[in-house]
Amino acid sequence: MTTALGESDKEKTRSVSVDLNNDTALIIDIPDALCERDKVKFTVHTKTTLSSFQKPDFSVPRQHEDFIWLHDTLVETEEYAGLIIPPAPPKPDFESPREKMHKLGEGEATMTKEEYTKMKQELEAEYLAVFKKTVQVHEVFLQRLSSHPILSKDRNFHIFLEYDQDLTVRRKNAKEMFGGFFKNMVKTADEVIISGIKEVDDFFEQEKTFLLDYYSKIKDSTIKAEKMTRSHKNVADDYIHISATLSSISADDSTAIKKHFEKLADLFEKLRKVEGRVASDQELKLTELLRYYMRDIQAAKDLLYRRARALADYENSNKALDKARLKSRDIPQAEEQQQLCLQKFDKLSESGKRELTSFKGRRVVAFRKNLIEMAELEIKHAKNNVALLQGCIDLVKTH
Amino acid sequence: MNPPPFPDTAEQEPVFSDMGDGDSDEGEDIFLGSSKTGAESPSVPQLNIKAETTDLFAEQASSTAPTVGLGTGGSSNGVQSDDDNDLFSDAHVELPTENASSSTPSGPRPAATFIPGTADMQTKSMEQLEEEEAKDTFDVDVAVTNPEKVGDGMHAFMAYRVSTKSTLPVFRNKEFSVKRRFSDFLGLYEKLSIKQSLQGCIIPSPPEKSVVGMTKVKVGKDDSSSVEFVERRRAALERYLQRIVAHSVLLQDPDVREFLERDELPRAVNTQALSGAGFLKMINKASDAVNKMTIKMNESDTWFEDKFQEVENEEQQLRKLHIVVDSLVNHRKELCGNTAVFAKSMAMLGNSEDNTALSRALSQLAEVEDKMEQLHHDQATSDFFILAELLADYVRLLGTVRGCFGQRMRAWQRWQEAQSTLQRKREAEAKLLWANKPDKLQQAKEDITEWESRVTQYERDFDRISVTVRKEVLQFEKEKAKDFKFQIYKYLETMLQSQQRLIKFWEAFLPEAKAIA
Repeated sequence: MTTALGESDKEKTRSVSVDLNNDTALIIDIPDALCERDKVKFTVHTKTTLSSFQKPDFSVPRQHEDFIWLHDTLVETEEYAGLIIPPAPPKPDFESPREKMHKLGEGEATMTKEEYTKMKQELEAEYLAVFKKTVQVHEVFLQRLSSHPILSKDRNFHIFLEYDQDLTVRRKNAKEMFGGFFKNMVKTADEVIISGIKEVDDFFEQEKTFLLDYYSKIKDSTIKAEKMTRSHKNVADDYIHISATLSSISADDSTAIKKHFEKLADLFEKLRKVEGRVASDQELKLTELLRYYMRDIQAAKDLLYRRARALADYENSNKALDKARLKSRDIPQAEEQQQLCLQKFDKLSESGKRELTSFKGRRVVAFRKNLIEMAELEIKHAKNNVALLQGCIDLVKTH
Repeated sequence: MNPPPFPDTAEQEPVFSDMGDGDSDEGEDIFLGSSKTGAESPSVPQLNIKAETTDLFAEQASSTAPTVGLGTGGSSNGVQSDDDNDLFSDAHVELPTENASSSTPSGPRPAATFIPGTADMQTKSMEQLEEEEAKDTFDVDVAVTNPEKVGDGMHAFMAYRVSTKSTLPVFRNKEFSVKRRFSDFLGLYEKLSIKQSLQGCIIPSPPEKSVVGMTKVKVGKDDSSSVEFVERRRAALERYLQRIVAHSVLLQDPDVREFLERDELPRAVNTQALSGAGFLKMINKASDAVNKMTIKMNESDTWFEDKFQEVENEEQQLRKLHIVVDSLVNHRKELCGNTAVFAKSMAMLGNSEDNTALSRALSQLAEVEDKMEQLHHDQATSDFFILAELLADYVRLLGTVRGCFGQRMRAWQRWQEAQSTLQRKREAEAKLLWANKPDKLQQAKEDITEWESRVTQYERDFDRISVTVRKEVLQFEKEKAKDFKFQIYKYLETMLQSQQRLIKFWEAFLPEAKAIA
């Protein structure tokens, strides 16, 4: 299935991150994507005025794994240790709608044709929503890069955008993947290090405390928001069943109740559309927001971790220098090492401070935008519901 | 249920001129059947409910009470009573006729048990019955309130206050209440069933016994599920009584009045063994057995066959609907729980947030979600108590209706069997004649006479029950339509209120979100 996302669509879906694609020198978007079984093929489209690119306007096909490769490459680049690397987009996950589609297939015999069609429609809409979300998330990742003053110049990034062949050869091979695993494992152990290291800078001390705490809270909120949204969807689905059953009852019925049932069936059909929209808007504005910033905060934590490592390295180099001085051996190397470590640490601290501060601002702006939009949508949908209900009540009363 | 107020008596003088009005139900005209000539017979009020005018009842100096405390319209009473007496002389059961009612209720009237259809109905056509509209003149309002736990431990029980408001002269007071326990309700149902259901009457059934539910209450568990259980039972008992008093025949039953009025009711012990559900099952089994027999009744009038099919279909459909509504209730409860959990999480996040304005906004969001939880909870309650219970009630009631059709079939069978027996007796007599055995002949002749009268009686029974069933079903359908319409309306109102509250919550939150900087 191919989806072409119009500009307005994208404006709507691109909700969690703001201030992207401002720099007209490099504009990136994902105008369409193809879904084959499990694999999604994104068309990454670049428009640029930069001379570093061969053409001003071009597109390439990319898979999810290519994005992951790009992300990991950036993370492993020493030079960017002091930056918050935008979080990698999560793997496209069609598990939920697929499972529901499966269940629907099993239950087909027990439903009326109409009911089945409606449920199928609902599922297809859900499928489409997941699809749109994954496209958005991949797009935002690239746009974060393109709007970052340093990262946008990254060589691998340009390769990703431009290289018109398959990137597979450059991607992780098994060893590298294992390396990635290992790295993640070490990282969690190092979280203890981060918390344990004596912080010299107040700013970072505060940030550390804040981010660690905030991360666990926002992770919790994301999970709970997901559950809440899912319940909402279940209620919307129930409305479909109720509407369908009422329809078939009123078709058979010849008594006075027939009219009422008909109206009620119609009402529930309309209500479920609204409820469905409430659920998906909530998902987009609230759950997605939380999910995105959870990952972003993880990226910020990674920065802190790297800095903590650099600090640890620096402190180790100090110890080594002292030892060398004691032994009166290898003093120049030790001194040089110590200087290097200090430089690295300072650079990380300076850049880190900048990044974390702008991250704060970014987060607050994004939350504001999404919370306002969510509240407005809730109001809009509820007003819709009120109109529908009032209409039906009036009909019932006059009969 | 609040039916529309009734027109006053004055408009009712020529009762049958209002036949076109779609609102009222058929009345107990059977008692006045043969006297009915159209315009004059007073309508016998039926069902439902709250009459704003109570003038019809015994307030008119000129009225003669028709039997059993049913009010009749004012004018033609003189003629009436004679006819009433005539009617009843035909009946199988001797009914004491009541004399002129006084203008004020004067103590309890002699109880009379009415068995519908005791009058000779053959003169009345089906169409006439269907067209008759009686003005509602009943005025009985029943409520079940104040569930109170009495006693402790496993012998504890819930006592409910049953309050009645009525201007009917049969009652001692205009307003009164008694305390009843669940087994009392079941006892009433049993008594009514034994008497009435065999005649094809649709008896509403009480809620079923629940060991689990009651045990929790007895043990003293004060959690939300036992509170809900008690409330559910109270509401079901109330609806049960309201349906009974809305039924003209049942309302006349002395057991019903005793139930409503008498201070101390002898304990219904049979319910230990025969819970309401058990008894209903028995009745249903009887009617199911009948249904399974491929009794093909040769009827030129397919009304009964068609109607039975309709009833069966509808029962199935409502059952299906009940299942999906149940699913909705559960999912909404889930949504309620998940929202509460989310709200708490959001509050924690708000506390963590270091930007002051955003922190405040997140806390406000947590509060909004808390309010949403309450909203979902209230809506789930409506989903359940209005929709789900309505459907459950009618699935059961439709089962009862099916049972009535079954009773009618049994009556037909009995009649047919008697006819065969009569035939055999006649053949036996013929044989004896031919064989010339004069002494046995006498016995045979006696047998024939006996069976001839039986055949006649059973035929009458069958006709009677046919009329009753038909009447009951039509009445039931009218009731049902009203009930559904009202409950649907109520339900939609709750949904509307829900959404309006929702709007308020979010509109209050919006400025908080905008204040984030």
